[in-house]
Amino acid sequence: MPAEFETVIGLEVHAEMNTASKIFCGCETAFGGEPNTHCCPVCMGLPGALPVFNGGVAEKAILAGLSLGCEITRETVFDRKNYFYPDLPKAYQISQLYHPICQGGGIELASGRFIRLREIHMEEDAGKLIHDPWTESTLADYNRCGVPLMEIVTQPDLRSPEEVIEFMQSLKSILEYAGVTDGKMHEGSLRADLNISVRRPGEGFGTRTEMKNMNSFKAIQRAVTVESERQIALIKRGERVLQETRRWDDNRDLSYPMRSKENAQDYRYFPEPDLPALHIDEGWLNEACKALPELPKAKRERYFAQFVLPRHDVEILCQTHALTVLLERTAEQGASPKDAANWILSDVLRLCREREIEPAELQLAPKALAEIIAAVNGGRVNRSGGRALLEHVLAGEKAVEAAIAELGLELAGDENALGASIAEVLAENPDAVANYRAGKVKVLGFLAGQCMQKLKGRADPRRVSELLREELAK
Amino acid sequence: MTTALEIGQRLQNGELCAEELLSESLSRVKALDKDLNSVVGLYEEQAFEQARAAQKRLDQKQPLSALDGVPTGLKDLLCALGQRSAAGSKMLGSFVSPYDASAVAKLRAAGAVMPLRLNMDEFAMGSTTETSFFGQTKNPWDLARVPGGSSGGSAAAVAAGLVPYALGSDTGGSIRQPASHCGVTGFKPSYGAVSRYGLIAYASSLDQIGPIAPSARDCAAVLDLISGADPHDATSSGLAAPTLPALGGDLKGLRIGLPEECFGDGVEHAVRERVLAVAEALKGLGASVERFRLGGLEYAVPTYYIIACAEASSNLSRFDGVKYGHRAANAPDLSSLYVNSRTEGFGPEVRKRILLGTFVLSSGYYDAYYLKAVKAQARIRQSYESAFARFDLILTPVAPSTAPRLGESLSDPLKMYLSDIFTVSVNLAGLPALSVPAGLDESRLPVGAQLIGRRFDDKTVLRAGDAFQRATSFHSLTPPIHGGARHAS
Repeated sequence: MPAEFETVIGLEVHAEMNTASKIFCGCETAFGGEPNTHCCPVCMGLPGALPVFNGGVAEKAILAGLSLGCEITRETVFDRKNYFYPDLPKAYQISQLYHPICQGGGIELASGRFIRLREIHMEEDAGKLIHDPWTESTLADYNRCGVPLMEIVTQPDLRSPEEVIEFMQSLKSILEYAGVTDGKMHEGSLRADLNISVRRPGEGFGTRTEMKNMNSFKAIQRAVTVESERQIALIKRGERVLQETRRWDDNRDLSYPMRSKENAQDYRYFPEPDLPALHIDEGWLNEACKALPELPKAKRERYFAQFVLPRHDVEILCQTHALTVLLERTAEQGASPKDAANWILSDVLRLCREREIEPAELQLAPKALAEIIAAVNGGRVNRSGGRALLEHVLAGEKAVEAAIAELGLELAGDENALGASIAEVLAENPDAVANYRAGKVKVLGFLAGQCMQKLKGRADPRRVSELLREELAK
Repeated sequence: MTTALEIGQRLQNGELCAEELLSESLSRVKALDKDLNSVVGLYEEQAFEQARAAQKRLDQKQPLSALDGVPTGLKDLLCALGQRSAAGSKMLGSFVSPYDASAVAKLRAAGAVMPLRLNMDEFAMGSTTETSFFGQTKNPWDLARVPGGSSGGSAAAVAAGLVPYALGSDTGGSIRQPASHCGVTGFKPSYGAVSRYGLIAYASSLDQIGPIAPSARDCAAVLDLISGADPHDATSSGLAAPTLPALGGDLKGLRIGLPEECFGDGVEHAVRERVLAVAEALKGLGASVERFRLGGLEYAVPTYYIIACAEASSNLSRFDGVKYGHRAANAPDLSSLYVNSRTEGFGPEVRKRILLGTFVLSSGYYDAYYLKAVKAQARIRQSYESAFARFDLILTPVAPSTAPRLGESLSDPLKMYLSDIFTVSVNLAGLPALSVPAGLDESRLPVGAQLIGRRFDDKTVLRAGDAFQRATSFHSLTPPIHGGARHAS
């Protein structure tokens, strides 16, 4: 039975571009820093100051556009979006309305549905307001003013929270591959405005509401679900959905309308007279095409064919650009791609989860990972020793070789010691030996465990099993 | 009137000393400016330091430029490090700039001595220097009259001999018209010739910084010091070559057009006669002069006021009481902070233009006003382009009349706006234009003639102005308050 209502979602995704300097001045873009230290007359909006466009921003926007299949606008223009707010020192944001740098394009979901983009435009970020409860005042930090943003606007093509999350993950992944953003959602470098409406299938679009600045997948998922339920309930009660901007409250798992004053904005857009139009010629475009890296789809196909990895593993690896970089560099250091993939999918991802960081933030040298893998494969340390090494390396100790000695992880290579422990275990467990010989080969594991205990774990379990089998076959 | 270049030359000859020159300038300010009110900021200490440093270079015969050690004044719209840069407004009455405008930095690097900040219409909005928060400036030729505006302080200060030259800015005539009313020479460069970085913006697509001085030759010298492409201003491109070396010789082969519509009714008889006399003089220097119809001028004033006010409404939004400048006391919430700070900080003319600009950009009106004005602007540009296919220069009056009486213009604002008719189209087309003194009317008030050139052909405009001034002496006339000889000792 078809659902009674369908949810329609359009997104405006803001991605901070990872240029070293700001979009209209030379100040640095680094996150954090003492308040108001990454500022100058231009990004502070002092009287008489003028913006000058950082061409590196256009390069990033073009790369993003090409990665998402957009048309690149050959003559792109900046516009002023006028509104008053204390985090916006000029009281206008330099953005693009009439001639955005990229148009069209889109992303195909796993289902085969194609989510169309309307445009990508370039703009400047605003500052940050901090409320100081001690002095009952609000303080402004303009460090983030002028950090370059891409706004990626979709058509209203998404139909469920799951599709929104898949789209966002895919978009984040493509932007990271293109090298245009670091995608750190918790630092606000990727955030989305949601436009949500509901309708009965076959009807025209319903009235939409907007929720701004959503910066976690979980919040996005909940906001879409809760808001569509709210709208459906309203319609079922015979009430109307009001077009409004709502604020999502993550703690209370609900949204509430913002003051209506903030909804009735007239931004009075007009062309920015301080900046000439930007001409993007054939040569520039060709350079950008050459600089375009391998994108997720192509990489998935290649990994699948080249590395003989399970489809599911490839999907997970390729979703995060940093993981593919780690995999490829670790392989360059001599590890087999399959081993590297296994270590990344199990241990590396677990460490990221434990530390609550993004893989891109993990300070793991591919050389160290390759050495750890080699040590385990060569039987010098066992798998759990390998894990300990990984933790150690991440704690700042870079030299794997030294860590093996320091942590005493070197396995007993002495066949005599192994033989002695096996002889002892066999003597102490006559029942198990009998069972094994009677065909219950599973007890081998128990016997091997006993040996490892005697050797205090410092043995290669595969060698122990091998020797046990030989001994029992006698 | 002694020119700025002559004074620079005397400094280099050792006939004058930079510190004495500055002292003389300051004593003239003290003697004359209580009547004129052209000065809104006095930086004696900074200036004496600059003068001493200049004199040291002059003594070592290592001047930084032809104007090293010559005092100058800055229109209050130009940001200068450590100087209150208030744009004639209460809003910025407490704003001391932490940086130099590029043009100011260039003058500093050329050895300029900068004691004065000069009065102006608030945020350059006005044609009379009566809208300044710091009181109206009077015309040195007749203290009951306005000096013109918005760079009225700059023009009056030069006319009264307080400084040998000054910087002004011109968005719709704000250099040329006060220069005309005060009997001095004023030059608005091609849009893009001089960086606007550090010029408190009125209308970004129209604003240009330029000199006001006793002669066209001085204007060329100052222009050469301040022009150039600036990495801080994406709309700046500089000029292909310095203009001063292009001056000299006669005007043989130069074709000058006189637009009929600039000599018709509505132009005072004396103004028409004086400007036609300039045409005759230019003819005498070898130029050919021909009347023609320019076309499109009827759209100039409304087009100008729509575009300028639209940009201004956005440019002046940053003055919100949050970061610097005037902040209303005891605002109960954010919205009141904005409304009260801006209502208290801006004068009526500025508020009016912000409202007008906000209106023409509002949704529902944008197409009918702003976009239509942009189309009219394109048409005006076309008119000039076809004119410049036939002529090298265009000659018009600067203003339809000589300086109005104090108070007369603000009581009839529409008339004041219409008096900008001959100057605003030049800004809309981004062209260079010079205002040269053309003699006096029957009330002994100066009349100005305007020479307009092709975009970036600033040198031809200045060359014609210089040739005219070498052949005539109108630019040497000084107002009675000036007291005749100075810097002569």
